Amino acid sequence: MSEALNELSEQIEAAKGAALVSSAVANGELTVETTPGALIELLTWLKTNGAMQFTTLVDICGVDWPGREARFDVVYHLLSMRQNQRLRVKVAVAEDQFVPSCVSVFPCADWFEREVFDMYGVMFSGHPDLRRILTDYGFRGHPLRKDFPTTGYVEVRYDEEQKRVVYEPVSLVQEYRQFDFMSPWEGADYILPGDEKKGAA
Amino acid sequence: MDGDFKTPEQRIRNFNINFGPQHPAAHGVLRLVLELDGEIVERTDPHIGLLHRGTEKLMESRTYLQNLPYFDRLDYVAPMNQEHAWCLAIERLTGTDVPRRGSLIRILYCEIGRILNHLLNVTTQAMDVGALTPPLWGFEEREKLMVFYERACGARLHSAYFRPGGVHQDLPDALCDDIWQWTEEFPSILDDLEGLLTDNRIFKQRNVDIGVVSIEEAQALGFSGVMVRGSGWSWDLRRAQPYELYNEFDFLIPVGKHGDCYDRYLCRMEEMRESVKIMRQALEKLDKVKGEPVITRDGKIAPPKRGEMKRSMEALIHHFKLYTEGFRVPEGEVYACVEAPKGEFGVYLVADGTNKPWRAKLRAPGFPHLAAMDHICKGHQLADVSAILGSLDVVFGEIDR
Repeated sequence: MSEALNELSEQIEAAKGAALVSSAVANGELTVETTPGALIELLTWLKTNGAMQFTTLVDICGVDWPGREARFDVVYHLLSMRQNQRLRVKVAVAEDQFVPSCVSVFPCADWFEREVFDMYGVMFSGHPDLRRILTDYGFRGHPLRKDFPTTGYVEVRYDEEQKRVVYEPVSLVQEYRQFDFMSPWEGADYILPGDEKKGAA
Repeated sequence: MDGDFKTPEQRIRNFNINFGPQHPAAHGVLRLVLELDGEIVERTDPHIGLLHRGTEKLMESRTYLQNLPYFDRLDYVAPMNQEHAWCLAIERLTGTDVPRRGSLIRILYCEIGRILNHLLNVTTQAMDVGALTPPLWGFEEREKLMVFYERACGARLHSAYFRPGGVHQDLPDALCDDIWQWTEEFPSILDDLEGLLTDNRIFKQRNVDIGVVSIEEAQALGFSGVMVRGSGWSWDLRRAQPYELYNEFDFLIPVGKHGDCYDRYLCRMEEMRESVKIMRQALEKLDKVKGEPVITRDGKIAPPKRGEMKRSMEALIHHFKLYTEGFRVPEGEVYACVEAPKGEFGVYLVADGTNKPWRAKLRAPGFPHLAAMDHICKGHQLADVSAILGSLDVVFGEIDR
């Protein structure tokens, strides 16, 4: 399996080396990284080239890395039913950067890109209809970003007086519980409770 | 209309209707905005997300094991198939091996899930096009299968039975015998169902040549599962990219010819028969490995036996660590997919080395299928929309996540 992947990786590198940032085989899967500028060309080539034939776009998803300069990864999973291979294409983008939409190459990218936009706020240029998809009508924010609280900002309830559903800021009866399992001896980079004066003394 | 003068002919405009979200043929909470020219559908705009529960967000703040039950709530028609993908993803990142008996039990229950799903889909699709008897007959069998679920894990739907490294508990012998008994009876029920539908004039009029998808379209639209096989490509992950022990099993992959709703119905009926075959093989193989462990012995991943905990300090520590902190998954990313009854269900897991996933993307097969509604429905009659929607096999638990 991994031999075939290495071969595939070499083939892609030989033909499209200029478009790649990196390529690696890990956990039995091939991941190639590219740039937003070269994305469409690479995807088109992967789809149409006779030795590749990645004709099915399985999935597009975003990953948020708040610590990085290019904050988001947009991850494309491709499948070649004819070659029986899978491939992952990654693009790193900053918050204000556009990714070219690949709807023209893979029609099913339409909803996937809408979802990434909805969840992460990554903008796709050239998308025919970049609306929100999973969240509520009139929703604000991008829920899967790491800085978006799990509880959200608004909650809804039915108001008996107004006879309609009203939106209100979230009020939590109990603080949201996040358990911390980092061992204080390895890796916890915050001050432990009771240790506040340790540095001053 | 604006205030400009227009002749009466010009004032004819397309008609927009809302299909759902409380329409019984919408199979859940789907709002379809249809633009009709007379009775012909010009444009379909599915509005989804009414069942959005933020599963992926919730998963980021829970441990790997705590996340497992969320998978039952995705495609609640065949819960264990989803859990399977999650377990496979974790096992591949941690390098855990599943004992043979555990693996066979998984296959057995995955196929039960497939039959559960197809029974529901075939019969309710028939109901969408006007037949009321099939769901009544099909649900009786579903009930029996859910009892098998219950006897294995204690829950009819939200089973949480597959665990990283195997399955939660071993099956009692009596249960295996009863499943065997059921596999003997079920094909005749399928014959009855087929007798109701396959040659039924009304059923054929409503389904043949409706919602035709070619192979090229199926690939461009990101289809998987029956939606591809119905168009004539024998693409099945169980065969093409075997996971678990599927390469040991002898089964056929039914394919359609025309890619219409009727072929997809036929595929699903045949697949149920193949699933029964796989179940029988799995039961035979299970009989040979009686008493072997069903979950990995690796104490870092799977909890120890209760009896062991009374005697062994290490087992006690493992148990405590597993149910407080949970296990850690080494840094890396993996895409694990299974042939769920609806198509390819995948989990893209990005682990950062802690006890919680950094990101888990759930790839639901119904999502691209539903996205293609606009393409498939264009030019069809309004009444065909519900037939097509039924044959796409959508469940909103997994589409909205």
